[in-house]
Amino acid sequence: MQLSSEQQSMLEGELGGAARQSMEILCALGRIYGARNMVPITSAQVAGVSYKTIGDAGLEYLQDIASAGARVRVPTFLNPAGMDREQWQALKVPPAFAKKQLEILAAFAKMGISSTCTCTPYLVGIRPKLGEHIAWSESSAISFANSVLGARTNREGGPSALAAAICGCTPNYGLHLDENRVANLRVLVDVELKGMSDYGAMGAYAGEAAKGKTPAFIGVKGATEDRLKSLGASMAAWGSTALYFMKGITPEWNVAQGAEEITFGAQELRAMREKMGGDGKPDIIAIGCPHASLSEIEEVAEKVQGKKLATKLWVCTARKTKEAADKAGFTRTIEQAGGNVVADTCMVVCPLEEMGITHAACNSGKAAKYLTNMFKRKVVYGDVEDIVCK
Amino acid sequence: MQIKARSICNGVAEGEALVSADAISFFGGVDPKTGVVQEKGHSLEGKCIAGKVLVFPRGKGSTVGSYVMLQLKKNGVAPCAIINEEAEPIIVVGAIIARIPMVDKMEGSAYARITDGVRVEVDGTRGTAEIKN
Repeated sequence: MQLSSEQQSMLEGELGGAARQSMEILCALGRIYGARNMVPITSAQVAGVSYKTIGDAGLEYLQDIASAGARVRVPTFLNPAGMDREQWQALKVPPAFAKKQLEILAAFAKMGISSTCTCTPYLVGIRPKLGEHIAWSESSAISFANSVLGARTNREGGPSALAAAICGCTPNYGLHLDENRVANLRVLVDVELKGMSDYGAMGAYAGEAAKGKTPAFIGVKGATEDRLKSLGASMAAWGSTALYFMKGITPEWNVAQGAEEITFGAQELRAMREKMGGDGKPDIIAIGCPHASLSEIEEVAEKVQGKKLATKLWVCTARKTKEAADKAGFTRTIEQAGGNVVADTCMVVCPLEEMGITHAACNSGKAAKYLTNMFKRKVVYGDVEDIVCK
Repeated sequence: MQIKARSICNGVAEGEALVSADAISFFGGVDPKTGVVQEKGHSLEGKCIAGKVLVFPRGKGSTVGSYVMLQLKKNGVAPCAIINEEAEPIIVVGAIIARIPMVDKMEGSAYARITDGVRVEVDGTRGTAEIKN
């Protein structure tokens, strides 16, 4: 692989052991994927942050590499952690878990990584532009960056994103290249999508149908950024889709000749919603997968204003978004109704089982997938007004 | 007989081959303290990978598997070298952080001819594997 002189010196260890190991990882990945060179990146997002996900094995590695002098060269931030850094005690996170989680965050901080723990960096000021190369690793953020913003990232794993952050570059293959940013599945949308949960259902359907193909949606009306965030997250969770196009909405639109065509109509929507959602009385209503925007938090606040909720309610969001919600009074309204606005973490990566929770309601196709696996029973699935006001 | 392969992780090591018919998930699939394969129904279930030239088609499962490979190394029960049919990122990253010499894509049908117990030398720097007997 062709390396710049700086990249070569990293590989030879002139910039320290951590940089050498990181460059070795990038070069090996480049070899297996046939990259010819490295491409400089403008930001990195590292997944594998929750102690629930990476355990002692991951914690030890992060401490080792941080002690070996690893430092990031580009703005780098984190995927959600296993708990809210400020409210974990009030939210009843087990102290032994919290201790390990704080050690993980300290190791990242030592490497110069921002303690922004979110799957929606693009809502808190980290918003790459069309054509910008990045190395992100949370699946919904990857989808949003590639599809809605037109930035370029592969589906990085935690260690490869960290290596890219330390070296400031990533191997140039896959979605960094024009020839791979082409849709090969047309999805004709022939139904009115009413709310967030319909977008999640369409994402689940398209993700499953895509089987690794890149979908191009035709006929979607009323897509907002929040809805696209939900669609992409669901597609990534149900089918590992990293890029999609939407006619008239996404900055890129490039569909292969003779691409397969499928229809998403009223029947498909109904069947998918039935597959995703079950019944019963949830222990928690979980909103904010991906992390809620300020307007989503506002919507929840409006719905619960003056009420006393019978069920625990979590609205998960990025810390900066929570701070804005605090200022606007939304957090207080939600707390007065008995709910919580929770930052730094989410229902997918925090230890819900250890907190005695066994059933959930959600408005997210991605959360529906993961919480169903976690609890071995289907979630209650619907829009905010359906699941909060029930 | 020295066979060309693709270099994945630098270093040279020689040991007895342990051949797996199945893909391996180090996370959950291998006990990091003992190096014993614990995945139910796996072709290596109950076998210890410590010190072996571990020959398996590819990695699978959680990316945390990379970190478990480092734990195996620290606990002195990692394989001495790895040969994959075709490498994927979890094993590649794990081999590099744990400094386990590794190659994949051996030329011809050599991969299929390696059997349990034969001595193999893996040279991950040059990209070769030598079957000694």
